Amino acid sequence: MTWTEEALRTVQEDASHVHVAFPGAARRARAEGVDGERLRIDLLLALPGDADAVAALVQEVYEHGDSAEKLAVLRALPELDHPTDRREAVGDRLLPVVRDALRTNDTRLVAAAMGPYARTHLEDTAWRQGVVKALFTGIPLAMVDGLDARRDDTLVRMVSDFADERRAAGREVPADAWLVLVDTPSTHHGRSLR
Amino acid sequence: MRIFDPHIHMTSRTTEDYERMYSAGVRALVEPSFWLGQPRTSVGTFCDYFDAILGWEPFRASQFGIAHFATIGLNPKEANDPRCREVLDVLPRYLEKDRVVAVGELGYDSMTPEEEEVFEAQLALAVTHELPALVHTPHRDKLAGTRRTIDVVNASGLEPGRVLVDHLNEVTVGEVAGSGCWMGFSIYPDTKMDPHRMVAILKEYGLERIVVNSAADWGRSDPLLTLRTGEAMRAAGFSVDDVDRVLWRNPVEFYRQSGRLEIDDLDETVGAVAGATFEGNSVLRGSRD
Repeated sequence: MTWTEEALRTVQEDASHVHVAFPGAARRARAEGVDGERLRIDLLLALPGDADAVAALVQEVYEHGDSAEKLAVLRALPELDHPTDRREAVGDRLLPVVRDALRTNDTRLVAAAMGPYARTHLEDTAWRQGVVKALFTGIPLAMVDGLDARRDDTLVRMVSDFADERRAAGREVPADAWLVLVDTPSTHHGRSLR
Repeated sequence: MRIFDPHIHMTSRTTEDYERMYSAGVRALVEPSFWLGQPRTSVGTFCDYFDAILGWEPFRASQFGIAHFATIGLNPKEANDPRCREVLDVLPRYLEKDRVVAVGELGYDSMTPEEEEVFEAQLALAVTHELPALVHTPHRDKLAGTRRTIDVVNASGLEPGRVLVDHLNEVTVGEVAGSGCWMGFSIYPDTKMDPHRMVAILKEYGLERIVVNSAADWGRSDPLLTLRTGEAMRAAGFSVDDVDRVLWRNPVEFYRQSGRLEIDDLDETVGAVAGATFEGNSVLRGSRD
């Protein structure tokens, strides 16, 4: 049995083993020709227990993780939120992980936090802040899941104000601002970007 | 000139240092966990510090085109504080992380029994986690401390070739040369070692198992003294290849023993900024996972 298979099997039987297996999992998977991040995600998906127990463990793994581990946790969230025959969906229990990532200055973590899980669960105020932070730090808005679906007047107003601020300073307005401002009533962006 | 600084404390340095280092040819570095000047009083502050040198600091370095690795350990000074001893209990989970390329800095400060116990315990962890060890030599009573360090290494079961004994000088280098351990020299503006004394040591002892670092931190220090040492080597007649060996291939060879130094990535970063921008793939994918 390979290290990868052994790790997955052990975690299925003993959830706490995830703390042992997760940190070194990526390089050991790579050594066996398996994608490191994919194995990390699969280890989380293999966790037994009810949604509360799984969410608590995943949050601990995130808190103990380095950047690559935290990224893997963030990218596992949509799948953890998808129920299977042996596991219920985690629901919004892992929002603290998303909020933590959005507080960081690491653009990889911020981008990963604004995925489908945030689209589904993150409340409007925090989600809008996430979008503006992405714009502010140069994260392509294509990485923000559900931008068109969740875009609202308040977000348009915030991005319009951001564009005004940049123009007042003689600085460039990121082209991605248009992804928020385009096709909206001209009251905001017409003034800001023309 | 490509430079791998095998010992530098970047949390204490500015973004301007990163820019100057990149311009000087630094493309990779190792940040050992160490004493922060202000004594710590709990395990939690160590964890936050370890997380910073494995999280935020590598990200910061990547923005300037420099690959960042770390060594993790309980330093000898704080090994004497019982409130910090519990750090030993959290080390196993850190020593499994991808960017950890050695256990360290370990060794002696005042050569107390507590320091010795913590030193030995961490050499044992190096064996368990299949990592090399970075060992600091004491500022005071240095020669006796260096000899005792080698005795402890020899008793640990860790091969001498997997141990780097650092902050050496003219008096202590001979002890380490004969032990089979790697010899580290910290080039400082006016204390531990300077570029010209370093050249004299290279002439006497050769280039094998020798690495040169800036050990730049929050004290009077200079991250470019690795470059200055390379220049002094050239001026003294060493070849470009000799300089490359001391400033790049030797530290790579030592830390590669961890199995965690992504050497192909390092070679790619030489000559090109593989920074954390969204123009490249690196940021989108995070690490090479």
